[in-house]
Amino acid sequence: MTGAILAGPPAGLWTLAWRRLRADRVAMLSLAVVAAFLLMLVLSAGGLVAADWEDEVGVNYAPPGFVGARVAVGPSAVAERAALPDNPFDPLADDIRALKAQLAARADATPEAARRATLPFGGDKWGHDIIKKTIKGGETSIVVGLAAAALAVGIGTLFGALSGYWGGVVDDVFNWFYSIFTAIPSVLMILAVAAVLQQRGVATIVLILGLTGWTGPYRLIRAEYIKHKGREYVLAADAIGASHWRKMFSHIFPNVSHVALVQLSILVVGFIKAEVILSFLGFGVPVGVVSWGSMLNEAQNELILGRWWQLTAAAIAMALLVTAFSLLTDALRDALDPKVK
Amino acid sequence: MDGDIMGDDVLLDVRALQIGFRVDRHTTVDAVKGVSFKVPRNGTVALVGESGSGKSVSSLAVMGLLAPDTTVIAPSSSIRFDGRELLSLPAAARRALCGKEIAMIFQEPMSSLNPVFTVGAQIGEVLRLHLGMGRAQARRRTLELLDEVGIPDPAVKIDAYPSQLSGGQQQRVMIAMAIACEPKLLIADEPTTALDVTIQKQIMALIASLQQRRAMAVLLITHDLALVAEIADQVVVMRHGEVREAGAARQVLDQPADAYTKALLHCRPRLDQRPWRLPVIADYMKEAGGGERQRFAGGDIAEGQGVTFIHPLQRERGYRPDDEPVLVVNNLSKSFYVREGWFGKREFKAVDNVSFTLARGRTLGVVGESGSGKTTVGLTLLRLHQATGGSALFDGRDLLSMTAREFQAYKRRIQIIFQNPYASLNPRFTVGQILLEPMRIHRIGADDRERTGAAYSLLEKVGLPAFAFQRYPHEFSGGQRQRIAIARCLTMKPEILVCDESVSALDVSVQAQVLNLLQDLQDEFGLSYIFISHDLSVVKYIADQVMVMRQGVVVEMADSDELYRDPKHPYTRTLLAAIAGRT
Repeated sequence: MTGAILAGPPAGLWTLAWRRLRADRVAMLSLAVVAAFLLMLVLSAGGLVAADWEDEVGVNYAPPGFVGARVAVGPSAVAERAALPDNPFDPLADDIRALKAQLAARADATPEAARRATLPFGGDKWGHDIIKKTIKGGETSIVVGLAAAALAVGIGTLFGALSGYWGGVVDDVFNWFYSIFTAIPSVLMILAVAAVLQQRGVATIVLILGLTGWTGPYRLIRAEYIKHKGREYVLAADAIGASHWRKMFSHIFPNVSHVALVQLSILVVGFIKAEVILSFLGFGVPVGVVSWGSMLNEAQNELILGRWWQLTAAAIAMALLVTAFSLLTDALRDALDPKVK
Repeated sequence: MDGDIMGDDVLLDVRALQIGFRVDRHTTVDAVKGVSFKVPRNGTVALVGESGSGKSVSSLAVMGLLAPDTTVIAPSSSIRFDGRELLSLPAAARRALCGKEIAMIFQEPMSSLNPVFTVGAQIGEVLRLHLGMGRAQARRRTLELLDEVGIPDPAVKIDAYPSQLSGGQQQRVMIAMAIACEPKLLIADEPTTALDVTIQKQIMALIASLQQRRAMAVLLITHDLALVAEIADQVVVMRHGEVREAGAARQVLDQPADAYTKALLHCRPRLDQRPWRLPVIADYMKEAGGGERQRFAGGDIAEGQGVTFIHPLQRERGYRPDDEPVLVVNNLSKSFYVREGWFGKREFKAVDNVSFTLARGRTLGVVGESGSGKTTVGLTLLRLHQATGGSALFDGRDLLSMTAREFQAYKRRIQIIFQNPYASLNPRFTVGQILLEPMRIHRIGADDRERTGAAYSLLEKVGLPAFAFQRYPHEFSGGQRQRIAIARCLTMKPEILVCDESVSALDVSVQAQVLNLLQDLQDEFGLSYIFISHDLSVVKYIADQVMVMRQGVVVEMADSDELYRDPKHPYTRTLLAAIAGRT
């Protein structure tokens, strides 16, 4: 480049970044996907979409519409039940009979016949619509993934910046802390934090994952700061009298932000998956709240029965979001780099 | 041209070479626009040019080292080597040829050698791959080669890792690797640019003697015309991908026909002259174009004295008794400690008892080779390194012993310009942000509007267009970036400016422009410079007093004219003798 500077209207960093992003087809596609997911999250949180996901609209395990209804097994099951004779020695026989009568009365209220035999993408054990359930589940999972990853990267970046920039004793202290943290098995760590927090809920999951997930970003950001603090532009900033805080966050951070961004995308993916593990261990979302994790958890038993649709729906939604999100952060990193034309 | 070579004597014949690089789907940038030259057997040809001239790209094309997916070589181009057309050769055949018959040495020996293998293993690999030698035979041959390139004690050094050798020795190892297969053509791409002056001379002598002894051809690529004079038979001067002038070396250097060649020859400061202002390429190009002559050489002083840019007004240098000292440095020392064993540490004295006085409006040149501690002196004065001992009195206050808070006020009065303008500007800041930041930190100017106004006027002062304000540093060339760095220092109106190799990374013609700018600023604002450089000609031009350093110690200090006329210390004499082109 031999000083070929075009005279023209100047553009700010973000305008330039947007212009570059727009030229990138993959980035725009992934941006659209992520935006669609976020829109759905907002709509479902606002009760405009999938608010009625708990309605039992289909028969239990209603297959997807494109597969077709199951051959009528309902009547034979009823017949089986009827064929079972009463046990005269059963001390609970009277209670059971009363319960059966109650059940029959309830069945009149929501008649079995009114339930649909198939649903667009099938139904779960209770006959909930899987599509609505996936949308509602996404609300929890995306919030958990994004918030926990932001928390983890935030802590990791702050610690890494302090540790890498100051070095010496500060670095030693942070490294000891880091070593202790990573020496404890991660599941044990998660359980310990969960036990301390003592309540179940989305905020708790975010805290658990955020407080245990900062170690990866910390290591990388620390290494970047060690590399950058000796660079001439930082020495130049020192020479003009910039404060330490200014050097750390106005000068160095924009130059290492790509590491934080890439870490963010990796952690979002990891945390959406980690929420599944937490739900499985019983530290996940409370009963009555649905998430992709709890859906996958239910799907384990269903798969044996050949009911694949719940697993498929949650997996497709997760895969789409995660792929689009990684591609987007990748493109964002490139677009925010003023050196790339 | 008289050196025209015919038929069988031509080893390498490059004709109408045209190379472009694909930037994106729609644009291709032409790097080489129809270049032709010939390299005779047993001859040395030099491709000379500044950055962006296409000289390296041309040589990489000969080696076939250009990335195939981004490079476009025009179908009309031809590179014939020893009777074979290289461009139509299949990739495998071409690879076999390169390394065996054509070998190349690069600018940075430190990054061209693999740090995890011994030098013996790396040379041996070449021998075993290309010549099919066995292990023992390859080792014997490696020893001979190391001996031939002048590595002392080859039996020991063969098992050394690259990091255990000095820069000069590393380059010798690279040369040993290149000549291992007895190539017919050796391409040397800036082989001495990264080395110290005294080492440069040795390496050039080695290449010249190998060329004679082995009867091979050498294609030397360099930006330094003075170097060419020593070893090349033929010179090809390139600019912007075109050949400006070609011919026998003596003829081109003594009677250049092309304006650009003339400019290149005169832009470098010379030891025997100190013009009021260095000529720049634009002066010569204007003359060639017959356009109006620019007024120059000290402006009004030179008016009507028969002074032209060929015979400019000379500038007097040197300290005078009535100079007011602005910075007095006494016994400055800086030690680094290397940990040894569990508890022990070894002291390494980077700067040892350095004392000097800097006068207001004058320039102190600091000269030395790498490892001499000259840069450490500069960084320690700015407290970018903590000094181990000594004092630096500025206005009667010791800069080195004051607290960080007290020093903050002094920071704006003593500033530094770094060597590498590509590294010293934050790539994420616009030029405007870069210029406003120091003014905001030191509360110079009442508000941002006033500061912005000041920034614009400084841009004009250093010769940059106003729209530079909104641009990012990477959009500028090296010389322009160095101007931005200078403007950043000027925002604080400093009294002392430390120039740490500030023009070393720049092209010769740009170097002259930046030196002129620094000189103009000194004339206008009365700045005092500490000018640190390894380049003795540049220091001779700009400095009033020169301090020669070696291994952290000052070996000689004198007024610049006196030092160059009558060097007292043997080391100073060695340095002066090593300047290329000085006979």
